[in-house]
Amino acid sequence: MKLEAIKNFTAGQARIITKNKFGVFGSVVLLFFGLVGILTPWLAPHDPWVSLYGADGCLAMLRPPCLEFPLGTTIMGRDILSQMVYATRTTVLIGLVSGLISIIIGANFGLLSGYYGGKLDEILMRFTDIVYGMPFLPFLIVLIALFGRSLWFVIIAICCIVWRTSARVIRAQTLAIKQRQFILAAKARGCSNFRIIYKHIMPNLLPLLLLYTSFNIAWSILAEAGASFLGFGDPSNLSWGGMLYNLWISGKVRTAWWWFAWPSICIILLVSSLVFISRAYEEIANPRLKQR
Amino acid sequence: MKRILLEIKNLKTSYRTEKGTVKAVDGVTLYIKENEVFGLVGESGCGKSTLIRSIMRLLPQSAQMTAEMLRFSGYDLLSMTESEFREKILWQEISLVPQSAMNALNPVYRVGNQIMEAIRAHREDDKVERVRKTEDLFHLVGLQSAFMKSYPHELSGGMRQRAMIAMSLVLEPALIIMDEPTTGLDVLVQERILRKLKLIRQTWMERSGATASILLITHDISVIAEMSDRIGIMYSGQLMEMASAMDLFYEPYHPYTLGLKNSFPSILALDSDLISIPGAPPNLIEEIPGCVFAARCPFAIPECREIRPEFREVKPDHFIACIRTDHVEDFRRLAGVKSTWQS
Repeated sequence: MKLEAIKNFTAGQARIITKNKFGVFGSVVLLFFGLVGILTPWLAPHDPWVSLYGADGCLAMLRPPCLEFPLGTTIMGRDILSQMVYATRTTVLIGLVSGLISIIIGANFGLLSGYYGGKLDEILMRFTDIVYGMPFLPFLIVLIALFGRSLWFVIIAICCIVWRTSARVIRAQTLAIKQRQFILAAKARGCSNFRIIYKHIMPNLLPLLLLYTSFNIAWSILAEAGASFLGFGDPSNLSWGGMLYNLWISGKVRTAWWWFAWPSICIILLVSSLVFISRAYEEIANPRLKQR
Repeated sequence: MKRILLEIKNLKTSYRTEKGTVKAVDGVTLYIKENEVFGLVGESGCGKSTLIRSIMRLLPQSAQMTAEMLRFSGYDLLSMTESEFREKILWQEISLVPQSAMNALNPVYRVGNQIMEAIRAHREDDKVERVRKTEDLFHLVGLQSAFMKSYPHELSGGMRQRAMIAMSLVLEPALIIMDEPTTGLDVLVQERILRKLKLIRQTWMERSGATASILLITHDISVIAEMSDRIGIMYSGQLMEMASAMDLFYEPYHPYTLGLKNSFPSILALDSDLISIPGAPPNLIEEIPGCVFAARCPFAIPECREIRPEFREVKPDHFIACIRTDHVEDFRRLAGVKSTWQS
């Protein structure tokens, strides 16, 4: 029964996404990066941190894409393809973890605030307003200054910021659903508040929740790339933004086009694929979009 | 003599708003007997829905409810805690078919599952038993059991209505509250549902041996006339008259009841114009010292505007809130004349 329910759910979601051409494109790209993230150690041809020597016996420094090094090498003679593969894992991990955590925080803030209203709503929403006033980078810099550079601080900093938008939107939608007749009927049936919130209101918000999940993931990936590019990332966990940072400090931006091309293209591809998937969900959450 | 199931004395509910306190229910006293259909009629906005929400504790936070007495078959509802009320009374003893019952089903769950949820919340039956019970009720209300697996949007309005009725019966409650069960449906479906409702109630009582009272709320007096044993007439948050259906239709006392009877077309007198009550119900924020109907009442005397009439028993089982009962014969005659209401 449970398994069947999960199967039905996945089939339903797949239907929503594949209805839209961009949604299909987005999910293919997402699936590709997801697989690369999982299969990283088997896919990377070299150790991303080792300086390599070419067939000619020289240090393979700043080689443009060729048969030996399909995506070129860095100034230290490291293979960019291997770096890209390892960076995919970091980026996907950060995107998924902080995207999911932030939607969980945001959804609960929105649901509780919208459902209970009154004082709790006031407290939660004023807190959200305060978070709206918090800039991401200075917050991350303070965290790093206090605790040192680590992947987890980047994730924490992203989570602390990204949830705010989803909280507001979900609160607004909860306010609307709360007024519907079936909620009154559920109350009359003796359902507890907890049950009404999570069993009766939340499933009605599912398209919106999924939409904001993909938004949040996209935002997290961009935020991480930005932070890493500015040198606030985790140096031991290579990410696409971190690769761009290494390029920047090497001073070879003008000559080594391959060094910035691949990470940039991948960032754009992954984020836009998530936006395309959101778009497919948005048509469910807001059917008027389809008619335009 | 039937026993009394629900007894309400002087129930008041008010909403706090920015403009002031709205007294939606202002001192309602009524009782519902075991095994009867009690009809509550009133114009839109007269406090019918607030009254039932007060009984079922479904009021929003901005509302405040007080009552001298609120008893339900041996339980004192006023002294019950929130969780006690939810476990013992809600749906077990009092169930609700909400207003526009067509929208009372959650669109994301299958209809059958929602009914089974009601069972699961209150009884420890196993799954097989739950399914059996639900199937049974579906047959009773005339739906094929295949529809248990449907989502609400796959059913027609009338079918959803019947599914809601099935849901209200599932725990065999002693009182079923139906809030305007036929509003928004066309006349033919209305008729069918009312007839069905009667039949369902009969079969159900015969089979389960349980008694079921219905509190039927509507602004449609013809629905009430067809269904009810006893009737209460509500106006502006107060009960004007309460009597058996026979008494109320053939020997009404209150001028408002007389006026209300006039404003519905009669099939026997097609050519005569409808006589309506002039004016509009009073604003519920204002404090009205006397009778709330005095401003629109053709028989009002100065005293009516000063003293609030007591809700008293003029005949066994016939209550009214009007001081002018002595001239009731004249009133009944005059109420049928159009010029009475126009002056």
